[in-house]
Amino acid sequence: MKELKVTPIKNGTVIDHITVGMALQVVRILGIADRGTSSTVSVLMHVPSAAQEWKDIVKVEDRELEPKEVDKISLIAPKATINIIRNFNVEEKHRVALPEVVVGILRCENHNCISNSGEPIESRFRVVRREPLLLRCGFCEREVTDVLANMK
Amino acid sequence: MGAPLSRRRACDLTLKDRSVVSINDLADDEIRLVLDTAERIAELAARDEHPDLLGGWVLATLFFEPSTRTRLSFESAMKRLGGDVIGFQEGASTSATKGETLADTIRMVSGYSDAAVLRHSREGAARMCTQFATIPVINGGDGAGQHPTQTLLDLYTIRRQFGKIEGVTVALVGDLKYGRTVHSLAYALARFGAHITLVAPKTLQMPPEIIRALSERGVTPRVESALEGVVPDVDVLYMTRIQKERFPDPEEYAKVAGLYRLTVPGLKAAKAGAIVMHPLPRVDEIDPAVDATPHAKYFEQAQHGVHVRMALLALVLRGEEVLKELYGGRPA
Repeated sequence: MKELKVTPIKNGTVIDHITVGMALQVVRILGIADRGTSSTVSVLMHVPSAAQEWKDIVKVEDRELEPKEVDKISLIAPKATINIIRNFNVEEKHRVALPEVVVGILRCENHNCISNSGEPIESRFRVVRREPLLLRCGFCEREVTDVLANMK
Repeated sequence: MGAPLSRRRACDLTLKDRSVVSINDLADDEIRLVLDTAERIAELAARDEHPDLLGGWVLATLFFEPSTRTRLSFESAMKRLGGDVIGFQEGASTSATKGETLADTIRMVSGYSDAAVLRHSREGAARMCTQFATIPVINGGDGAGQHPTQTLLDLYTIRRQFGKIEGVTVALVGDLKYGRTVHSLAYALARFGAHITLVAPKTLQMPPEIIRALSERGVTPRVESALEGVVPDVDVLYMTRIQKERFPDPEEYAKVAGLYRLTVPGLKAAKAGAIVMHPLPRVDEIDPAVDATPHAKYFEQAQHGVHVRMALLALVLRGEEVLKELYGGRPA
């Protein structure tokens, strides 16, 4: 039987050091599960890592990430690194950075919050604590209890 | 509470053009300044002196939800300072019914008035308005959210009665879980060094994260479920209404409704100088017979709301220069 290996990618993005177990959520954030893609996506789960013991990796060919996608990844995998590959070379490498204020990527859990009422505003959440993550709505001050369920 | 106003320098004062959405928007010194100014206004009012601090200024009262005390006391405050008021008392009479956003309403109102007070059914409404308004916005209550001028007048009532807030023992009684104005008051009391007792049935007790936050600020509250044992120990009984609309299950409401009813015999064990406060409206938490006792301060408390709101409006609209007029020849 022919062995399938995860090969280096020519152009695209490697998201490394993803918190173990979160790879499929990263795939979801990138919209691959919903919108599909014409290029190869490789998902590696439970890979040994010197820094974190175990990690997940997602490789996406022919795609570089939008800033909002990086912000979303930072919420569920704060230690992830983004490697931009061009012609098999790592052109850029940086760790995701959780912003002080998370804008436009989460929905407030409070249905009665003004940010859920059709006003011309983007949702805003202040990062109260990074480890473990605690976010508070910039409008109604309600804390977020489930980041994944409220991601837009 | 800190240095008296007369010793502060004008350049320390920073309330001009500021929006006040949550009590946490104000630093301790700024809260002291509002309370000191309210006290000065009350002092002058007692001598029948009413300084015309806001003649020519216009306040918009945007009440998308009905309110009696907050709206009337803001309107009274503005008019007593010589200012004028425009506004509405319910959202049904506005363009909101035609689909206008609140953001558009507040932008428009910014052109009509110098400051706005907003009451709205949605939490965060006032905070959002500060993004679009070019005038100061004062939160007059947003859903189950913040109500900073209520907290200010509560602090003012306690300070007026006892001359200080530090060391005063305050029991918060009733719905401590859903009533977020009680949460703001608890934080504010902790900031000023009061002792706090929390009296509520287990299902309506103060959320644990707030009790933890109070402890981190050096105030570990006493937690009780029965009122009787608490009455002899406290200086302030702050009663709250258990609101039926907060309970998804009517049976749960029936279990706790009427649990705490303050009566004249129930107050026998109270300290001579103890006071009873209530944000009003009351339903049956306080027997009307209590009104005639010297402990009852809830109507005075509501009255203080006018002086506190006068102070806040004057400081937000004109800043430190009003102090010169309030203190006349005396150093401000």
